[in-house]
Amino acid sequence: MKILVCISQVPDTTTKVKFIDDFKKLDTTGIQWVINPWDELSLTRALELKDDASNNIQTVTVAHVGLVGSEPTIRKALAIGADDAIRINADPDDAYFVAAQLAHVLKNESYDLIFCGIESSDFNGSSVGGMLAEFLNYPSLSSVSSVKIDNGQFCITREIDGGKEIVTVPAPAVAIVQKGIAKEPRIAAMRGIMMARTKSLKVVDPVAVDSLTEVVKFEMPKPRAACRFIDPENPRQLIELLQNEAKII
Amino acid sequence: MSVLIFVENWDGKFKKLSFELVSYGARLAEMLGTQAVALSIGNVENSELEKLGKFGAAQIINAVNDHFDVFDGQAFSALIAGFVKQEGATVVVLSNNNSGKAIAPRLSVILKAGLGSGVSKLPLSITPFIVYTKVYSGNAFSNLTIKTDVKILTLAQNSFELIETENKAIVKNAAIDLELASVKTKVNEVQKLSGKILLTDADVVVSGGRGMKSAENWGPIVELAELLDAATACSRPVSDEGWRPHEEHTGQTGKIIAPNLYIAVGISGATQHLAGVSSSKFIVAINTDKDAPIFSAAQYGIVGDASKILPKLVEAVKELKGK
Repeated sequence: MKILVCISQVPDTTTKVKFIDDFKKLDTTGIQWVINPWDELSLTRALELKDDASNNIQTVTVAHVGLVGSEPTIRKALAIGADDAIRINADPDDAYFVAAQLAHVLKNESYDLIFCGIESSDFNGSSVGGMLAEFLNYPSLSSVSSVKIDNGQFCITREIDGGKEIVTVPAPAVAIVQKGIAKEPRIAAMRGIMMARTKSLKVVDPVAVDSLTEVVKFEMPKPRAACRFIDPENPRQLIELLQNEAKII
Repeated sequence: MSVLIFVENWDGKFKKLSFELVSYGARLAEMLGTQAVALSIGNVENSELEKLGKFGAAQIINAVNDHFDVFDGQAFSALIAGFVKQEGATVVVLSNNNSGKAIAPRLSVILKAGLGSGVSKLPLSITPFIVYTKVYSGNAFSNLTIKTDVKILTLAQNSFELIETENKAIVKNAAIDLELASVKTKVNEVQKLSGKILLTDADVVVSGGRGMKSAENWGPIVELAELLDAATACSRPVSDEGWRPHEEHTGQTGKIIAPNLYIAVGISGATQHLAGVSSSKFIVAINTDKDAPIFSAAQYGIVGDASKILPKLVEAVKELKGK
């Protein structure tokens, strides 16, 4: 069995984002790039599955759409433990573009399980996993918090509004994962970092795909009014304000 | 031409988010000079279907099929795409909830239609079609142009008001001719959270952070939540410690919520936490540290010890509610 983990790189989650060119572009000055948090958890789970020999997983591969500047992020995934990597050499335009590029490369490959994070912390679109599955005509499970392998099938827990469902789905399938899939992201050890340098990172040329959407401008959130402090000796006043001023209780 | 709204049901019933979706779709249809068509899949009684008319659906398509009790993203997407083509819909509206996130991207590929995820207001313009979406986990917003003829939008929960109109809806039954073989997902077990207000549905949320010090101190938070018909939530360290279940974790990597009122107790308000709650209409913060970042996001704040303040708040709410 072979597993593929799709990764994107995003600004570190504590970044205070700023924009340049009249709010048309992200100011990347000083930004520290990291593996998207959900993708990092997916990779961790994929490696956990591989660690269990009874699952009989040969390889865990990471795939990424990005220019050469994102290679340190890919190497980090290799250092954490992925066996090899594919980078599709294109500046990602939108989710459709990314999914189409991945699908083009994957249609000649045979991965049994593809992991995608439920969203990336930059565009929050929750799109690539489902789009990729549709391009490949694979089933996809969304909001996944657990993946186990049982007789070549996947036993998956997914969140539904109001609870959880435990479902089975045959290979090949796409698991679109959220929190809970792994406890803590796995961290690269020194040995992993050394080994990552020699692991295979295949660079593939992109195919022509038209994006379907385009960001024309960014905006910053409107600043909130200053906080009104209430006397800690008289918290009752808070309830009165919520009732009479805010009118929400 | 029309706006097609996919309205999910839960055991044959709709809920507030269904009516938000229809209200949104109806307003959008008005902007486009067309009509809103609601699509329901599964077994829903006519009296329930008609409720959608109250929020502006001109037509309700009732696609009945027992086999669609199992949610399979692939099968649902194929089915909805068929209705989009049949109705000649130019915009498809879904919720940005678990099932909407499963369907919308697949639909985007089938129809080669651009997707705007998690919109919280009507499009900023129709030609070109520009929507307003959250990016960088709420630290910024984007004006996103959807370039295709057919557009797909997912609406963030609790972001659009309910707008009631005169009910003129026509319910139309539709046959489903999808092969069962296309349903690949098999559900083995369902674990429902019964009797609890869902965090993503709640109008009011009471949330506790590390400042609560231990799991045993959660009593007043739960009590306050019950009194306010609120859901309970927590910050990441709390769920990591196992004081509260992971389902309650609110923040960038947990639940993203937008209640009318969010009460944060003992939560300092790290960027990642605020990313999950910044769309709340009102935020109340209770914290011992007056410099905690949560106060810069809050409208009302109390600097002080939660263990002393919470019981007094509980008393005040009891009095207010006459209990």
